[in-house]
Amino acid sequence: MYQKISVPVDLQHKDHLDKAIQTAADLARTYQSDLTLVAITVNEATPVAHNPEEFKTKMEAFTQEQAQKYGVEMSAKVVTSHDIAIDLDDVLDKVLHELGTDLVVMASHIPGYRDYVFTSNAGYIASHADMSVMVVR
Amino acid sequence: MDEKNQVPDPVTDYEVGQDNINPFGLDIHNPVFLISGLSIVLFVLYTLMFQEQAGAFFGWLRPAITSTFDWFFLSAGNIFVLFALLLIFLPVGSVRLGGKNAKPDFGYVGWFAMLFAAGMGIGLMFFGVSEPLSHFASSMGGTAVENGVRTDWAPLGAAAGNVDAARDLAMAATIFHWGLHPWAIYAIVALALAFFAYNKGLPLTLRSAFYPILSERVWGWWGHIIDVLAVFATLFGLATSLGFGTVQALAGFNKLYGWGTGEVAMVVLITIVTGTALFSVLRGLDGGVKLLSEINMGLAALLLLFIIFVGPTAEIFSTLASGSIAYLKELVPLSMPFGREDSNFSQGWTSFYWAWWISWSPFVGMFIARVSRGRTVREFVICVILIPTLLCMLWMAAFGGTAISQVIADAAAPVGEVAQELKLFAMVEHFPFTAILSFIGIILVLVFFVTSSDSGSLVIDTITAGGKVDAPVAQRVFWASFEGIVAAVLLLVGGKEALSALQAMTVSTGLPFTLVLLIMCYSIWVGLSAERRGQ
Repeated sequence: MYQKISVPVDLQHKDHLDKAIQTAADLARTYQSDLTLVAITVNEATPVAHNPEEFKTKMEAFTQEQAQKYGVEMSAKVVTSHDIAIDLDDVLDKVLHELGTDLVVMASHIPGYRDYVFTSNAGYIASHADMSVMVVR
Repeated sequence: MDEKNQVPDPVTDYEVGQDNINPFGLDIHNPVFLISGLSIVLFVLYTLMFQEQAGAFFGWLRPAITSTFDWFFLSAGNIFVLFALLLIFLPVGSVRLGGKNAKPDFGYVGWFAMLFAAGMGIGLMFFGVSEPLSHFASSMGGTAVENGVRTDWAPLGAAAGNVDAARDLAMAATIFHWGLHPWAIYAIVALALAFFAYNKGLPLTLRSAFYPILSERVWGWWGHIIDVLAVFATLFGLATSLGFGTVQALAGFNKLYGWGTGEVAMVVLITIVTGTALFSVLRGLDGGVKLLSEINMGLAALLLLFIIFVGPTAEIFSTLASGSIAYLKELVPLSMPFGREDSNFSQGWTSFYWAWWISWSPFVGMFIARVSRGRTVREFVICVILIPTLLCMLWMAAFGGTAISQVIADAAAPVGEVAQELKLFAMVEHFPFTAILSFIGIILVLVFFVTSSDSGSLVIDTITAGGKVDAPVAQRVFWASFEGIVAAVLLLVGGKEALSALQAMTVSTGLPFTLVLLIMCYSIWVGLSAERRGQ
């Protein structure tokens, strides 16, 4: 039913991602879909990494860890944004399309991330995207 | 290549944002945000409550600094130019900002547009006509000596009564103030910030450039002081410019359409500019400031081409040629920090300009850094210093050269007579489509204000968020609004005098920042050399 499932993740709040990733892993197993974890970062240093390369390395490690944990193959996709506080929705929307995503599974709200992810972003993606969106609460 | 080798080793364990606090869902650096915000409010209150004293104090402070430390500003300016040009030719020029695999984020057009719009767009509109004219008049007037001291404002030895020599000298002096030196000042700050942020993974804030000297202490009070000073200079620089720009744009509207220039008009205009800036802020770097900069550079290019080809084309090109040759010829005497006889010019103009560019450098430099990742140091220096200098030469030759021609043809030409803020409009009166040209002029001024306000709030927000670029956008909205409010309050309560007082203080911050920039040169050198060895 679903060929490509994507899960937007925020490495600053790894602990809050379990439910979304587990749900996506179960769906991927059921429908034999490709599963991609998507993260958006910036060129500048962040609390997660000093630069985009380090971010990418950490993201790949995290994805492998999750793949082993749930026994499902997963790949990592990292995209860089010029101005993440503003264009995160657009960048996310674009990359989901580039990946050919037909189902997005995302966490609804992560404390501390509220201004640019998931209160508004899940809402934005759910109302604007032309793919199926599952918001996990 | 081994995957691991692509990840540079972090130089510090400091985590960007680790000193941040989160009141009301914000993400701000403690204590830089609070100290900056409070001290700005206190300074505005002080200036307004004790207007006379503040006016007198700052009125004394600025010339005191620029004339006492003229040798320091001029020497430092020369060091910046030499150091930057040296980077083009030395092997360290091959270091790429963001690591050797980094790709430029912006194409050349968008990049240049943003460099110009942030760096001097607004100044070119106002001084492109008035500054060459001013130097031309003082040079024609020749030298005047009283009690063994020169009292005239002419550059170098003046050119009494010699039209061609005075025109060349005027162009040389103007290009000197808008050419290699200011762009080298911006380039040093931008390079330091970009290198330590993108190659070393340090937070994108001024203090990071001091890491090679202060190491981990840079996250403490030394760093706080540097960052607060940068916020201070940026906000006051923007607010006072917005205030003066409002007065000048209103003068233009008054001349064109007879609109009022009173308090209501000021508040309305500041509100419109700030409102447009907020709209631009909310559209982000690509959809806001980049787009507006490109539109404005397109408009400016059209205006420039129109002036060149409809105006006195041959004279403009001969002014460009002889002015540029004069600039190269007089560059050394004009930059001489010691033994100057033309002290009014070297202290009142050059030293003031250097202090002004330096006080703006944290803002412009940080913005340039933000859009320059992926360029090599060599490419960066050529594009940030040499190309803008060439374009400034052309701009000054077109606008200043045309105005000088008008004054030579008719000593009583309006462009020589009217107030500074009206000179551009007086000059275009000799052209067809005057009303359209003047309107374009005003639009350019206003849009340059919008882009400055937008990029300024982006820079202040990043500094006061401890170098985090992903802080909530509400913070940028706050700083853009704060700047508009400061400008409006100063204008309404204190008038132009209060603005002048705070502008004088902004310029005075150029003195400590000159030291900051000199140290940055050292940091850049240490950092780039180590980086190249590691490649």
